[in-house]
Formats: sequence, C-alpha cells, structure tokens
Amino acid sequence: MSAAASRYETVIGLEVHAQLSTRSKMFCGCPTTFGAPPNTQTCPVCLGMPGVLPVVNRRAVEFGIRTALAFSCRVNEACRFARKHYYYPDMPKNYQISQYEEPLAEDGFLEIDVEGGARSIGIQRLHLEEDVGKLLHEGTLETAQASLVDFNRSGVALMETVSRPDLSSPAEAASYLRAFRSVLIFLGVCDGNMEEGSLRCDANVSIRPRGSAPLGTKVEIKNLNSFRNVQRALEFEVRRQAQALDAGERIVQETRLWEADRGYTRSMRTKEFAHDYRYFPEPDLVPLQIDRRWVEEIRAELPELPRAWRRRAVAQYGLPPYDAEVLTQSRALVDYYEAALRESSQASGAGTDRPKVLSNWIMSELLRVLPGDDERAIKSSPIPPRHLVGLLQLIENSTISGKIAKDVFQKMFDTGQDARTIVEREGLTQVADEGALGRVIDSVMAANPKAIEDYRRGKKEAKGALIGQVMKETRGKANPALVNRLLEDKLSQT
Amino acid sequence: MIDRKDVEHVARLTRLALTEPELERMREQLNSILAHLDTLRAVPTEGVEPTSHAVDVVNVMREDEPAPCLPRDVALANAPDPSDGLFRVPRIIEE
Amino acid sequence: MHRPIHELSAAYRRGDLTPVAVAEDYLARIGAFDGKVGAYLTVVREQALAAARESELRWRAGSPRGPLDGAPIALKDVLCTAGVRTTAGSRMLERFVPPYDATIVERLRAAGAVVLGKTNLDEFAMGSSTEHSAFHPTRNPWDLARVPGGSSGGSAAAVAGGLAAGAYGSDTGGSIRQPAAFCGVVGLKPTYGRVSRYGLIALASSLDQIGPFAQDVADTALLLGVVAGHDRRDATSIQAPVPDYAAELTKGVAGLTLGLPDEYFIDGMDPDVERAVRQAIEVLQGLGARIERVSLPTTRHSLAAYYVILPAEASSNLARYDGVKFGLRVPGRDLVEMQSRTRAAGFGAEVKRRIMLGTYALSAGYYDAYYGKAQSVRTLVRREFAAAFARVDLIVAPTTPNVAFKHGEKEDPLSMYLNDVFTIPGNLAGIPGVSVPCGFSAAGLPIGLQVLGRPLDEARVLRAAYAYEQATTWRSRRPELA
Ligand SMILES: [Mg+2]
Ligand SMILES: [Zn+2]
Repeated sequence: MSAAASRYETVIGLEVHAQLSTRSKMFCGCPTTFGAPPNTQTCPVCLGMPGVLPVVNRRAVEFGIRTALAFSCRVNEACRFARKHYYYPDMPKNYQISQYEEPLAEDGFLEIDVEGGARSIGIQRLHLEEDVGKLLHEGTLETAQASLVDFNRSGVALMETVSRPDLSSPAEAASYLRAFRSVLIFLGVCDGNMEEGSLRCDANVSIRPRGSAPLGTKVEIKNLNSFRNVQRALEFEVRRQAQALDAGERIVQETRLWEADRGYTRSMRTKEFAHDYRYFPEPDLVPLQIDRRWVEEIRAELPELPRAWRRRAVAQYGLPPYDAEVLTQSRALVDYYEAALRESSQASGAGTDRPKVLSNWIMSELLRVLPGDDERAIKSSPIPPRHLVGLLQLIENSTISGKIAKDVFQKMFDTGQDARTIVEREGLTQVADEGALGRVIDSVMAANPKAIEDYRRGKKEAKGALIGQVMKETRGKANPALVNRLLEDKLSQT
Repeated sequence: MIDRKDVEHVARLTRLALTEPELERMREQLNSILAHLDTLRAVPTEGVEPTSHAVDVVNVMREDEPAPCLPRDVALANAPDPSDGLFRVPRIIEE
Repeated sequence: MHRPIHELSAAYRRGDLTPVAVAEDYLARIGAFDGKVGAYLTVVREQALAAARESELRWRAGSPRGPLDGAPIALKDVLCTAGVRTTAGSRMLERFVPPYDATIVERLRAAGAVVLGKTNLDEFAMGSSTEHSAFHPTRNPWDLARVPGGSSGGSAAAVAGGLAAGAYGSDTGGSIRQPAAFCGVVGLKPTYGRVSRYGLIALASSLDQIGPFAQDVADTALLLGVVAGHDRRDATSIQAPVPDYAAELTKGVAGLTLGLPDEYFIDGMDPDVERAVRQAIEVLQGLGARIERVSLPTTRHSLAAYYVILPAEASSNLARYDGVKFGLRVPGRDLVEMQSRTRAAGFGAEVKRRIMLGTYALSAGYYDAYYGKAQSVRTLVRREFAAAFARVDLIVAPTTPNVAFKHGEKEDPLSMYLNDVFTIPGNLAGIPGVSVPCGFSAAGLPIGLQVLGRPLDEARVLRAAYAYEQATTWRSRRPELA
C-alpha cells in the first residue's frame, strides 16, 4: 500500500460511454462501419443540416434495456430525450441529443471480483445518446493551426452508464471496467473494442483523509481509453491530489485530461460557464413509454453472463477460476471454448482432462496468435474449434508429440487446414513402429558406447542423451514414451 | 433585471460577437421583454404538468436498418472550407 | 389566368388551358410585378417550365396525378428544396443549397405541382411583417406602403398578388394565419403533427407547423390534403388517416356550435376588425350555426409563454449555424472567434435578440422560472381549449387585432409581438386554425376571420370557412398591381 493510499481514502466513480452494435446510427439510417473514409457515412440528419429531424433507433433502446436488466437496473416506465448544449466543431448541431432528467434506467449494480472476494458497485443511471464526430488536428491540439472534422461517427448510438462512487482504488476501477466490458460483450450490445473507441471511460476521483466523513472535492478525468490507462491515470491523480493536500493546498473542482503518452493529467482550464448545458426536453422526439411486455421479452432472452459462466465452468468443467476469468474476456472466446468442448465430447479419446487441456491450448496457443478481446478475430479464427479438437486427438492417440503439435498448430493457423491434413502431408506422424524404432535405437547405441558405459555405471542421465539422439535421428517424430521403453529394455538386456 | 455582465455571459454562451453599442441595446431590450415575461410568475401552475408536445404521441421509433448516405462531395458541398473530404476549422483554443 | 387551382385543373381537363401556358403566365406576372411586391427570394423559371411541360403531357394523356397536377405554387424559403438554395431569409444561409427535399416538397412534386420559387420571410421566420428578411422587405399587394404580415409574408403576398396560384408557409405563432388575414387570402395552420416538419428549417420545434395559402377554401382543402399525413422521418407526425377534405367542405354549418371567446375581443383592437368579425359571426348564425360564449382566460398569458418557448427552442435550433459545416463563415484567428463573428454577421438584430433571450431563459438557474413555467402555462392553455371544445365544435375569433400596418411602424419588438395574440394560443395548444377573408377596413385593407378546431379536425374548420366564404363575396375583390 502506497503512502498516499494509507493516509487517504480514494473515492472513484466511472462514466462509461459504450458504442452500441447497432447497424445504423442512433437517429438516422447511416451505417456505423468503423474505419470508412472520412465523411462517407453521413446524411443530412447526422450532419445537422437545416430542417432535419431525428428518429430513435428501436434496437438501441432494446440494447439499453438489455444492458439495464443485466445490471439489475430499474427500467423507467417513461423516459425522454433532452438536448445538451455546448459548442464544439465535432458536434454538428452544437447540441447533443442525450437523456437528462428521465433516463432509460436507474439504480443497478455490477459485481466485481476484488482481492478477498466480490464487491457490488452501484450503477446510478444508464441512458442513450448520440456520439459526436472525430477531430483530426494538423499537429497536436495545442500546435495545430487548423483542425479537420470527420462526421462518420456523428450520431452513432451510445449508451452512457454512470457508476456510483463506490470504487475505492484505481485497481478496482480497472477491474470494474473489465467486468463491465465483459458483460456488454456477452450481451452482444457492444464489441468492446477500446482501440476503436467502442468503449470510452471518464472518471470522477476524490480523496479524503481516512475516516473522514465528507467527500473530497471531485476531479473529472477524461480520455481513459484502455484498462491500463484507467489504472495509470487514476494512480497519478490520487498521488497528485494527496501531494496537494499534504502541501496544504485545496483541490480545485475541474476537468483534467489524461495524457497517456506523457503519463500525467492536466487541467483542461474549463471555464465555469462551459458547463451550462441548457438542457431541455428534445422537442423533435416524443417520450418513450417502455412497454413492460417488451422488457419481459428482453429479460427472457438474456444470455448467461460472465460471472454465471465462470461459476458454472468451475463447477461443471472443473476449470480453475483463473482459466475461467481469461476465457470470459470475450463472448467469442467462451463460445469458442464451449464449441470445442462439444466437439470434444463427440470425438473419441477418453481418459484425458479435456476441459483443462482445451483451456490450456486456448490460453497458451490461440491467444498467442489472436487478441482475446477481439470478438471478430476470435469468431473468424482460422483454427475453428473442430480443428483444435482434431489436433488434440492426434496428440492423445500418439500420432504426434506435444512438441510437434505446436508446429502443427502454427501451420493450421497459417493455412486454415485441419491437423490431420497437415500431419499427413508433411509426414509428421510419430514413429510408433516398434521394429523401425528398434533399428534406430540399435544404431544409436552402436554409435554411443560411452553413453551406455556411463549408464551402466549408474549415471542415469546418460539415458537422456541417448533418447535425444533417437529423437534427432527421427526428426522429432518418434513417440517419446515408446523410445523410453524400448531403450530401457535394450539397456537392461545386455 | 439583467446587467451587462449577464448579457456578455449569454453572448459568450451562444457564440455571438456583439459590439459595445449592441451589448447595451441588447441589455435594454432584454430587460424590457423580460419584464413582460415575468408576468408569467403570477400564473398559478402548481401541480400542472409541463407540456412539451402538443400531441400525445409516444414511442415513435424506427427499425435498425441502414439507409444510403450522401456522396462525400455532396456532404461537403456547402462546407465553407472543405479540405480533402474533411471540414476544416480554424485552430481550437480550449476555453 | 390567376384563378383558384380547382378552376385551373378543371380548365386543364377541358383543354381550355395548359400547365405550360399557366406557368408562363405566372412567371410573366412575377417578372412584371415582383419588383414591387418582393414576394420571392428565388424564382426557378426553367425548373418550373420543365415541371409544367411534364404535367402537360400527363394531362394530355388523360392521366394527371391529381388536382394539384400543373398547379403553380410557391414555397416559403424555409422549406428545403434539393438543388435550389434555401435561405430562411438569412445572410447565414444565403448560399445554402440543400441536398434533399423536405417531405412536403417531395409530396408536392409527386402530385405534379409546379414549384415557381421560394418566397420571402422574416429571417428564420422570426417576425410578423416580413420586414426582417435579410434581403428585402415584402410589400402588401393591397397597399405597397404596408406590410404583408409575417413571417410567411412572401407566400401570402404571392397568392394575393397573383404571383402564385397557391403557396405554403410555416406557422409557429401565427405566421400563416396573420399574413393571410393581412393579404386577404385563406391560410391554414394544421394540427401540430398533421404535416411532416421534415425539411422545414426549424424555428421552435414544438410549435412549428407547415400549412397552405390559397385563393379560396376549396384550394386550401386540396393543398392540405396533398401534404398531410404521417411521415416516418418526423417522430412528431401523427399516424391518423387523412380525410378527403374537399369532399367534407359542402356539409355546411347548420347544427354546429361555434364558440366565441371573450378574451379575443380586446381593448385597443381595430374597430373595423371587430365589426367585420362580428358581422361574419352573424352570417354563420344565419347559416344555421349556434353561437355560444366561451372563456379562455389563459389567453392573456399566452404571449409571454410563447416568448419564452420560442426563443428557447430557437436558440437551440440555430446553434448549428456556426461557420463549420454549411452557410456563412467569417474568418477568425481561432475557432471561437470565427464562430462568434460568423454568427454576429450572419444573423439580423431580431434573430440575435431571440437567441440571446432563449439562451438566457434556458441557462443555469432560470429554466424553472421561464421554460418550465411557460410549458406549464401551455398545459393550462390546452386544458382550456379542451374544455371549450367539449361544449362547442369550433371557435371563431378575429385572426389579428388590426389590419396590415405600415412599413417601419412597429419598431419596438413588443408591439410587433402583440400582433400575434390571437394566433399564438392555437400554436401552444397544437390545434388547427384557418384565417378566411371577412371584409375590409375603411382604408380598404383585408380583415381575417379565424376558425379554430379540435386536434385533427381540419375538415370541420374548413367546412365552416367554406360555408362562410360561399355566403359572401369578399374573394371577388382583388388588389390591383398594374
Ligand atoms: Mg454523455
Ligand atoms: Zn446519417
């Protein structure tokens, strides 16, 4: 525990903006494909042209409700949209259609795993809004003589979720964000891709002397766009505030920007009036009265969520909690794992601990070549679950060794072919023919009388050198267990 | 009554560069209009729900179906300073 | 050839007139007289003639698209027209060319209407005189020294002056009915949500409604019928079937109960107006309508509520004009300077005043006292109308307290605002209202009778207006421009 952490208590709340995986934008029909050339996914509505009107995307509301239910929020019977005003060139109307006094849902929680158990983090509200465009600076924001606006992202459906200030450390905050992301991915409402900005996080941080009742002055930190940055920025900020309090200074309520490259937060020098958002109910949209039957339909279709899956995987498959945690970083990975398990139960080869072996291979090999948090990458893996199981079968029935299997895995990944095809084409089958192996062993023994001498004089490691020679002669294809048995037989015979 | 500072504050909020005489005239006119609007205070509205829409329509939503976009040159046809398919703006000094 | 559209289409059917000849005639009149009137900001001569030629082919083939096929009409310049500049009467949008058609424009084109051009208005529809256009004022065809009313003054003057057979405008607080009254034509504000607002450059979104100007009530019914109805692109548009307004017209007023609100006959109103309206009510009585007094006490607070809601919503709707995406840009050293200069140069005095007022009313600490309060007052206005309409079928009243005033006569913003006292409540309540000519002042200026109805009851509103119109001869009098 750092010095600051021992003297002060940290209070953190997170606001997460998640881009919803809808096909069209929040209020118009423009598609939401990431990475399209600038300003090619716009229409009069999302460019804020004179005369245009917004219309709510039903699926965005459905996704909002689905998420609200997953967090045990109260889905409000009536909700409405409001205009939030401030001038920024990436926001075409200079107001954002958001929700203010009557959000879609309120009062839920998210359970996170922390050292020493689980904690429930309150979720204050969940609402829908539209995204803004993207600003490109000619240079950095400070040095740029001009900036350029791309409105492709303008109007994309966002879900903002505000936690209660229940998080008590930067590590907990990162853990909350990880759990949050995983739930959204399992729900299929957000792809969770932080690099592409599908999930963006702002934090409110304050510290207070340990044991003191009133909350400290809260500082908002923006631009926390990875788990690592959340933790680093919050650690920096907690330290900064502790140093300020130690020096007898007062914390100023302000917005600070996390400069990831430089590792510090800096004040955005926001004047107080910039926060006068002049909210009022959006007159171009009518209120939503959320039909209870609709909510119940959505509830009935809620998928199994990460925590539940982990609990089940530990109980039912005997997976270690660590493995379960790794697998639940994405829905696609869990789907992959489950599909592999199903394949495996249909395939022959009993007696081995398939659930654990599979998770080992996924964690050590699949996640070496594919990013585990990339839903799309996992879904379109060149090694489908069936191929992975096929590979494991070849190991189990001794067709190939574990070592060869790793090379085969790489070849499967490169070519998309199944293990058997590769093994047969490249002649990688283990030499398991006793006669053939016996002849190799005989010639190795003939060529290494010194090693045999050593072995017989009690230097047991000499056997290892002989096995190594045999493996070398067979270019790794010999079945190691068989080599061992045959060699021991021959050594004891003479 | 609103004073010059209020007028300047509101002008800044809504990005209007007003000249000295404009600010002064605006102050006078806004005060005279606000004096009239303040008659609203006398209307008893306790417990009266606000009307934000004159029609009682609710739950208007569209299906999540992509529609064609504008060609980029059309999207930028009215732009004061288009630049390589982007909207160019002068440098941003954070406020 | 300036005659009602239903007469034009009858002549097309008979072959007595052709759409091209009629379009050419209107264009010639515009060429000859619009210099005096200033009804238009943009005339699309070639497009109009092309549309007329297509219409002519359809008529000749015996397959016109309906009663509006070949009708030369004008559009207030807040209705977006693809490829034709749409200015909202503002320097801000002087060169703005929308890439899309407003829903009503789409429907009009589909109906075969011939769009002659875009008409003048008070900048961003803020005003009651069409003096506050950034380009030029529009003059009243009955007396060029007087205003045509506003903000849809260009559309009203075009129809009155024979420069269009019909026209469309927008009405946020009376901007169709008041200029219709001042110019001696029929003007209808439909129920809020009856006509799609998609493509209407917004003033106050919760109050704006598009409606027609016409030479008579029968045309008004036609012009409404073509554009009314649900639109998926406008979430506030109502999903109710559109009646055949023309077919309902002739049902008369016998047996209808007309409410006469005490609050619509006020001290200081023009005695000529009061006299004309009272006489009109007697005519309606003579036609078999029952008259009953009703009370709408919150009327006197409507103006104040309106002048909170309108500027508040307008300040928001006009925030997008900042020199970034479209419209005017005045250079500046940085973004804020560019935007602030652009808005200072692009907006006129009245627009700036309302933006300031609305921004103030919404700003921190004032919302409840102004916007929130005004919306509650609005509820009272709605309730009073609902209570009145439980007893009466329609409400009849003057459209305006006075006749068209002289250019430059109303310098003080408040006295200008007072022009709309009788029309504003209809917008706050979202109910339909029509202004139909009901006589002339001693100075020969037109006077309007306003008929207000229940939500979506345009058919009955028009039916009463029609009955009155048919029983009188006011429409035979025309202004002389030559
Ligand atoms: Mg937000
Ligand atoms: Zn769009």
